[in-house]
Amino acid sequence: MSTAVDLPPLVEVQDLHTHFLLKKKVVRAINGLSFSVGRGEILGIAGESGAGKSVLCLSMLRLVPQPGRIVGGRILFEGKDLLGKSEHEMRGLRGQAISMVFEDPLNSLDPAFTVGDQIGESLMLHKAMTRSAARQKAGELLRLVGIPDPERRLDNYAHELSGGMQQRVMIAVALSCDPALLIADNPTTALDVTIQMQILDLVKQLRDRLGMAVLWITHDLGVVAKLCDRVVIMYAGKVMEAGDVYDVLKRPRHPYTRRLIDALPKLGHPEQRLIPIQGRPPNPADLPEGCPFAPRCYKVTAECRSQAVELVDTGDGRAVRCLHPEE
Amino acid sequence: MSVHERGLVETGQAEPLVAEAEMFRRPSEWWIFWEALSRDRLAVAAGGAILLICLVAVFAPLLSPYDPTVGDNSLRLAPIGTPGHLLGLDGQGRDILSRLIWGGRVSLAIALMPVTVASVLSVALGLIAGFFGGKVDMLIMRTLDVFFAFPAVLLAVAIAGVLGPGMLNVMLSITVVLVPYISRVAYMATVTVKNELFVDQARVCGAGPWQILFHYTLPNTLSPVLVYGTTLVGIMIVLGAGLSFLGLGISPPTPDWGVMCSDGRNFLSVAPHVSAVPGAVLVFVAMSFNLLGDGLRDALDPKLRK
Amino acid sequence: MLRYLVYRVASIVPVLLGVSVVVFLMMKLVPGDPAEAILGPAATTEKIEMVRRSLGLDKPFYIQYFRWLWKVLQGDFGSSIAVNVPVAQLVWPKFWNTVLLAGGSLVVCVVVGLVVGIVSGTRQYSWFDRLGMTSTLILANTPGFWLGLVLMVVFALRLGWFPATGMYSMRAADKTVADLLHHMVLPAITTAAVSAAIIARLVRSSFLDVIRKGFVTALRARGLSERDVILRHGLKNALPPIVNIIGLQVGYLMGGALFTEVVFSWPGIGLQIYSSIVARDLPVVQAAVLVTTFVFVLVNLGTDVIVAALDPRVRRA
Repeated sequence: MSTAVDLPPLVEVQDLHTHFLLKKKVVRAINGLSFSVGRGEILGIAGESGAGKSVLCLSMLRLVPQPGRIVGGRILFEGKDLLGKSEHEMRGLRGQAISMVFEDPLNSLDPAFTVGDQIGESLMLHKAMTRSAARQKAGELLRLVGIPDPERRLDNYAHELSGGMQQRVMIAVALSCDPALLIADNPTTALDVTIQMQILDLVKQLRDRLGMAVLWITHDLGVVAKLCDRVVIMYAGKVMEAGDVYDVLKRPRHPYTRRLIDALPKLGHPEQRLIPIQGRPPNPADLPEGCPFAPRCYKVTAECRSQAVELVDTGDGRAVRCLHPEE
Repeated sequence: MSVHERGLVETGQAEPLVAEAEMFRRPSEWWIFWEALSRDRLAVAAGGAILLICLVAVFAPLLSPYDPTVGDNSLRLAPIGTPGHLLGLDGQGRDILSRLIWGGRVSLAIALMPVTVASVLSVALGLIAGFFGGKVDMLIMRTLDVFFAFPAVLLAVAIAGVLGPGMLNVMLSITVVLVPYISRVAYMATVTVKNELFVDQARVCGAGPWQILFHYTLPNTLSPVLVYGTTLVGIMIVLGAGLSFLGLGISPPTPDWGVMCSDGRNFLSVAPHVSAVPGAVLVFVAMSFNLLGDGLRDALDPKLRK
Repeated sequence: MLRYLVYRVASIVPVLLGVSVVVFLMMKLVPGDPAEAILGPAATTEKIEMVRRSLGLDKPFYIQYFRWLWKVLQGDFGSSIAVNVPVAQLVWPKFWNTVLLAGGSLVVCVVVGLVVGIVSGTRQYSWFDRLGMTSTLILANTPGFWLGLVLMVVFALRLGWFPATGMYSMRAADKTVADLLHHMVLPAITTAAVSAAIIARLVRSSFLDVIRKGFVTALRARGLSERDVILRHGLKNALPPIVNIIGLQVGYLMGGALFTEVVFSWPGIGLQIYSSIVARDLPVVQAAVLVTTFVFVLVNLGTDVIVAALDPRVRRA
């Protein structure tokens, strides 16, 4: 692990609740989520699609679109609750102290402006740079993220670049103002596996060089294994398990984590049968009582279905939300 | 049963498949369309209004309280609400309501006929140009481009003016102006379908060009033309009335909504209702066609369906 | 960009030629023999033949066309039948009057359309949005000539705020810019109304499309203010279809101006076309249509070039 245990965490999410208030129902996307990210730490948040991971990213920046609202909990950044800040203060943090990389780069870069314009815009806004100084810094940033021939690329539009390059540009924009925290919402799913590996390597190198913390959202445990220091397993808007990456992946305690790992193909075992997890994630508008994983769990008992299960800190840096954890 | 299904039956694999196919049999496209349209209350209301107005126009002789061409000079310019004359009388003492009812025939015809004729011509042109491509495409489309270069209203006025007065000339003029616009819609629909994957598939399965043309391309071209045409009727009602207003259309004393507005010009300060009433009717009818066109477009759009 | 410009400019030449052919042919559509029309019913066959020869009507069509085109390119549109002055003399001053009216209308419809559209688009479902959409729906279906009459009745005849007809006051001494603008208000609003409604609706839907796009959230995540997101990024992305429709509206404005000029007696080319049609003075009609269309083609060219400058993706096509 690359963080010292006694430093206070950079980010502490405490019991976060984000709901979408529709006409006839309430969609509970995030239901009591708690985790923390240390300085310079890469934390992975893993789970199936629909677990509320993207909503989490938007919640942290307070950009949840209507009819969504953060209805409870705290998000502590450097000790101060983001939910208590004004919109003006939040704008000061976005793009600067906390920045974000999105899943689809083509949908995150303005098609009407050049790459250089967009990086420069952030620099001029947050660092009050002049246009020429911003352009120069933009070129350096493109070089930093590994884009060849950066000066020429500055005048390209997003649609003129390949998927991998677009994602690097996104990272360059996100890093332009030296953020303390980089939130990445599944940015490599749309890319080829080889390009994906390059981007993951890049992010690790950047963290080593610049010291920023990274919150990496994904549904791919392989990515988690390669990139992250710690991992949080999310299900139905709650944390199911958390801990050091190798610990959790080698000795998973929660049945859901166990199932996720079982579903992965392993190199060198061609005879292996892939075991998909039966059933589907619960409808966030209609969550059952008790443990949300109960309908699909192989260890389920009557208690699991009836009583709410707490997230228990098991010491040794790990936590589980289960009445019958493994081991 | 399709060739594929027949083959499966013969080899004995069909039974469970056919049963499954029955399970998934979707309601026909028509049914889906009607269902979607009927959910759009505004479009339904608009459609109802149009139907009503058309019926009134058709049954004008039965519904009109007075003869629209005969005037009672003693009641000239009587205002709205005059007993016996709900909407008042015009400058020659003719009942405005009666003239409105009879005028509907002309005003609707000026819009409906040219749009229909132009649509038929345009679908043909668009299909031929889009489907056969190459030189035919270029010839047809470039010629139409020349007509696109004219401001539409100007062209309509010029052609109608040059041809001389008369309903037929106005309709002819409007038809000529409409053909390039509708053709372009038909052409683009044809080209889009031509490039779709399912046409390639059909060709691979042995479908000939005429089959593709009629079975796939034509139906897919008709829907956008239908939607566009409906909206165009609304616009042409206004344009047609404009041409009548300028005196380019029918000859007096036959009423038509545009001519009625023009008749009232001399009495604007004392009896504005003579011009105001037919104009309001024009707005209402044009708006109804517009809303119906929007409703049709939304109902036919596969992306908006459940 | 330059390549696109050259390509576009080159492509209007065949179109303009085609337009000239159509205009020429249109005149040939006129029922009846022009020589007979000039001479009247008492003409003898010899006199008719003489006039026909002098008008060049005995030559084949394509020769007539080229002769006519050659004259037109030199600015000679022939003589007006009704007034017996060169057509050019009649048409050009009226043309500029229409340009003035169309220009004023363009300003009105673009400003109103943009403001209503942007505010509606960024505040979807608000009272402003609902009111705006209802009024634009009604306006878009309103006949220009009727709207002109209504405005005239209310604001000129009843309230007396604006003059009812003409471009200037009768007294020659009053031909100031202020007087001109005063006379232009009602006609400009009449001509602009339908276009303003169409533009407003399109701006609104264009903005809604843009705002729903993913990159708007990304822009906000960079800490940009709402104003920057909407006015800088949103507008630039929403602009191409808007500019496109504004270009289309110019054509409509030129046509719609015709009705406005007739209603308000504005001495423009539209009114000229109308009175020439009534007087069967066809050389004037021919010239007026030709000039107006020519300008329309040029304006469309300009619009396409602007759209290409704004949206880099268009230039590839």
